[in-house]
Amino acid sequence: MSELVSKSIDMTSKPEKAVGPWKEAWRSFKKSKSALVGTGIVLFFILLAIFGPLIAPQGINDQDFSVRLAPPSSEFWFGTDDFGRDIFSRIIHGARISLYVGFSAVVLSAIVGCFLGIIAGYYGRWIDTIISRIFDIMLAFPSILLAIAVVSILGPSLQNALIAIAIINVPNFGRLIRSKVLSVKEEEYIVSAKAIGMKDSRILWRHILPNSFSPVIVQGSLAIATAIIEAAALGFLGLGAEAPKPEWGKMLSDARVHLMTAPWTMIFPGIAIMLTVLGFNLMGDGLRDALDPKMKN
Amino acid sequence: MSNVLLKVDNLKKYFPKRSGAVGKKHGEVKAVDDVSFEVNEGETLGIVGESGCGKSTTGRMIMRLLEPTEGSIKFDGIELSTLSNKDMRKARRDIQMVFQDPYASLNPRHTVKKILEEPLIVHGIGSSAERKEMVEEYLEIVGLSAYHARRFPHQFSGGQRQRIGIARALMTNPKLIIADEPVSALDVSIQAQVLNLMQKLQEDLKLTYIFIAHDLGVVRHISDRVGVMYLGRLVELADSESLYAEPLHPYTQALLSSVPVPDPTYEREKVIITGDVANSVPDAGCAFHTRCPYATITCKMNVPNLVEVKKGHSVACHLYGEA
Repeated sequence: MSELVSKSIDMTSKPEKAVGPWKEAWRSFKKSKSALVGTGIVLFFILLAIFGPLIAPQGINDQDFSVRLAPPSSEFWFGTDDFGRDIFSRIIHGARISLYVGFSAVVLSAIVGCFLGIIAGYYGRWIDTIISRIFDIMLAFPSILLAIAVVSILGPSLQNALIAIAIINVPNFGRLIRSKVLSVKEEEYIVSAKAIGMKDSRILWRHILPNSFSPVIVQGSLAIATAIIEAAALGFLGLGAEAPKPEWGKMLSDARVHLMTAPWTMIFPGIAIMLTVLGFNLMGDGLRDALDPKMKN
Repeated sequence: MSNVLLKVDNLKKYFPKRSGAVGKKHGEVKAVDDVSFEVNEGETLGIVGESGCGKSTTGRMIMRLLEPTEGSIKFDGIELSTLSNKDMRKARRDIQMVFQDPYASLNPRHTVKKILEEPLIVHGIGSSAERKEMVEEYLEIVGLSAYHARRFPHQFSGGQRQRIGIARALMTNPKLIIADEPVSALDVSIQAQVLNLMQKLQEDLKLTYIFIAHDLGVVRHISDRVGVMYLGRLVELADSESLYAEPLHPYTQALLSSVPVPDPTYEREKVIITGDVANSVPDAGCAFHTRCPYATITCKMNVPNLVEVKKGHSVACHLYGEA
């Protein structure tokens, strides 16, 4: 053993560009066609939500009773509803509502869920038991039922629908990050962080959270899709957006009496919901493959 | 020898065995059972033993990464086992650790600069510019280059990563480094490089090491004194030369006789022990009595104490002196 001479390792190779884990994930994300299609759809709806009012040919509440329930034509691309409002314009405006609800509800529940999940996973013991049992209780209810209950307590409005959707999604995020934290906190670099003399708060937010975050991003992008559907469902049940708002679910609900006579009143909001959800799902799947190859299948 | 830097007395760690919904305790696992030793300033104490014998647990208790069940740890005149969490965090500036798995011990999302700078930030050392300079300086010290600071851990080989791990342990200029199997995960050729680096650093920076390993050859190469652990107990503690030349404890003898010798004509005197390691320390008697070829009735009854039988050579065995 002592005869072996220490040689300095060959370090003469040119300094290469540092490739971080996020960049690497982006590289593999780009390779997936369906993920790019999904991202394209999502971006399209985001742009629609931002610039909608500039594109929409008519205002959302411009009523024209002379053209009630008019079929799609060159003037009204997606037809009109029973108040003679242009469905195309309303769908464009609706994108803003749906994305707003989807994003805000998911961000809200991800923040709350991650916070609770990290605390539960890191500290364990009775804190974990309490938080996990609360999650279990919430998951025991069908999520839409819980959302209906929350909305009926708070009163029906878009804002309250958003809060309800955020609440029912908290346990999903919480449990997800808790399980990830449980495995990450046993990693040697966390032990070494402790050995260095770091405080718990620094370890939690700088070491454990960034290393536990990728499943949250994946779950988040998929949860936006679900949240949009849930918002539409609440709207359909009359528990979400109020009457004149062009919320897609509400539009579906208003249109159902005309299903046989004027199917376009229902088809186009439905397609809008389907497309957005599809986009987020494709993007989420791509993110999952890129960020967490182990989760595949 | 010179001053005692670390004095560990009667250190114990019992893990409770729990089961059932409410986690009712039924018995305990004695991971470390009554271990005492001293480490002198500037020396390397090797701790060897098979897996599960409590050597890593001992190392982690000294760092208070695990709370000792009982016992005292005196470091540089300070009793560590009773320090508050806050004071212990500060004390960790003087005791650092090098970990076994260089693939797991570096945060994959941080660049090398961030990894090395963090101990300085945590202990409030230097300004941002000074810290940057120190990071580069220490990278050079461990045989890497300043430009490596921008890279991520996955862009390095195992040996290079372990060098980064060593650099991180050095950043706060500690007095004691606990190396928990620092080379077990590396290729043999790289092991030698890392060991030589550690020895060179010890000379240059006046470091004290506790070197935990299961490879007797590696421990012999680096240690001044060696402690042998079996099932949570220290069975023999001696100067490196004395231990390898004349092992006293039957377990050490068996352990040493199993070290391969690079000489095909060498006829070794094999000491073969039978059976497997017991699941936990026997309730009474020597931990090794279930497998010891020389076990007597005394060994089954009484726990042998670690007694100095020759100068600088202690053994916990009824065959020597005591009895």
